[in-house]
Amino acid sequence: MQTQTEPANRVVDPPADRLLAVAAGGEVAAEVHEAVLRETPVLEIDRFNLWYGAKQALHRITMPVPHGKVTALVGPSGCGKSTLLRSVNRLNDLVQNVRITGDMRLSGDSIYDPRMDVIELRKRMGMVFQKPNPFPMSIYENVVYSLRIDGENSRAVLDEVCELSLRGAALWDEVKDRLHDSALGLSGGQQQRLCIARAIAAEPEVLLLDEPCSALDPIATGKVEDLIQELRGRYSVLIVTHNMQQASRTSDYTAFMYLGRLIEYGPTTEIFTKPVLRETEAYVTGRFG
Amino acid sequence: MTKHIERQIEQLKERILRVGTLVEEAISKSITALINRDAHLAQRVMANDEEIDRMEVEVEEECLKVLALYQPVAADLRFVVAVLKINNDLERMGDLAKNIAKRVAQLAAGKPCELPQEIRTMAMKTQEMVKQCLDAVVNGDPTLARQVREEDDAVDMDRQKIRRRVLQGIKDDPEDVENLLRINSVSKHIERIADMATNIAEDVIYMAEGEIVRHRASE
Repeated sequence: MQTQTEPANRVVDPPADRLLAVAAGGEVAAEVHEAVLRETPVLEIDRFNLWYGAKQALHRITMPVPHGKVTALVGPSGCGKSTLLRSVNRLNDLVQNVRITGDMRLSGDSIYDPRMDVIELRKRMGMVFQKPNPFPMSIYENVVYSLRIDGENSRAVLDEVCELSLRGAALWDEVKDRLHDSALGLSGGQQQRLCIARAIAAEPEVLLLDEPCSALDPIATGKVEDLIQELRGRYSVLIVTHNMQQASRTSDYTAFMYLGRLIEYGPTTEIFTKPVLRETEAYVTGRFG
Repeated sequence: MTKHIERQIEQLKERILRVGTLVEEAISKSITALINRDAHLAQRVMANDEEIDRMEVEVEEECLKVLALYQPVAADLRFVVAVLKINNDLERMGDLAKNIAKRVAQLAAGKPCELPQEIRTMAMKTQEMVKQCLDAVVNGDPTLARQVREEDDAVDMDRQKIRRRVLQGIKDDPEDVENLLRINSVSKHIERIADMATNIAEDVIYMAEGEIVRHRASE
């Protein structure tokens, strides 16, 4: 096991109880398992701090997000997991009074570099939200939307991307006969998979999923979870979830966050069978949070 | 949800301890019966085994229920899995105590014979191991569990000594072969009980630390 480097004076070490220390406003070193560090990162979050006005929401988060793997962010409400996810594609730029320090790098490129074109940056990532948000247009046009705005007009290219993306999102067989019907006529689960198809049509370097199943029934949830597992290897996925079993079923790596800090980050099987920290154990077994 | 699973885990702990207590008692009585050539006590050990078998099934059903309904993870998962295995080992220990009791009944019915000294010492050591491994289960104590693992070698050595004595005894007095074979068989059962106690100790280490230490020399 290896802990990330933090200035010694800010770290409670060894922490009598990390959660208490954190609740009292202190800083703790994250327990980052070696297996994570051996992976090639697609996204590197580097000493990232974020404040909403005077309130600090993220505290020196340093975590590599492995390439081609599914990484889940878990933690109790308000722990900063959605804030962290939204910081990756700079959605928090749109929120007033947000201040950040530190950086994130996507395939080596600084996300918060002042010269970074945010629109270009967002093209390199896909994002899927809690509630499905298909555009009020046909299924086909939804999927090829990103190509259209990039000026792609070749029917053959659009048709191919549409089919590949819908197949990739495990939706093709259900919609292939009604591609030109409105996307709003699909069920909630189908709409969510359509949003994933739309996201992967742009071939994102990283796919960000913010509680993608929280508005879905168990059957639709099952299908989206199956899909996330299939995306593994082909896409790098960072998923925020409230549902611990979803994290354990779908992800390769799990990061446990608490009050804006990364507490433990390691292979999902380790986090759910023998986490290093008893604080993580208390959370995954439902003893708190 | 949280409270529920904690209650289930507590109940499971109580149940496995009840099985443990019955098994400890069965072993202790079978040894007492052996030393006193008490056929009556041996009969009681044999009769009580049914109760252990019944409880073993109950504990297993309870574990399956917790796995299906609560999907435990981390320490809870390790606990339930360890209990499933410990339960199985305890039931086997109960069977071994019954087997000892059977041999005692035969010894008591046969002509009188001397028990080798080692059988008493190995029985004492084994009983201590059983007690300690159950204490380790209750307290989730990996240190005590490691101690139990260490003690197994001494029992194995006693068993070898008895085996050699029995072989010599058969050479010296072939008339007494029946009794000697029974004594040999009893010592084998005691040794197996100590092995099971070691298995339980290893399950406790897994339960507490998440490391599977079976098939590894004790550190």
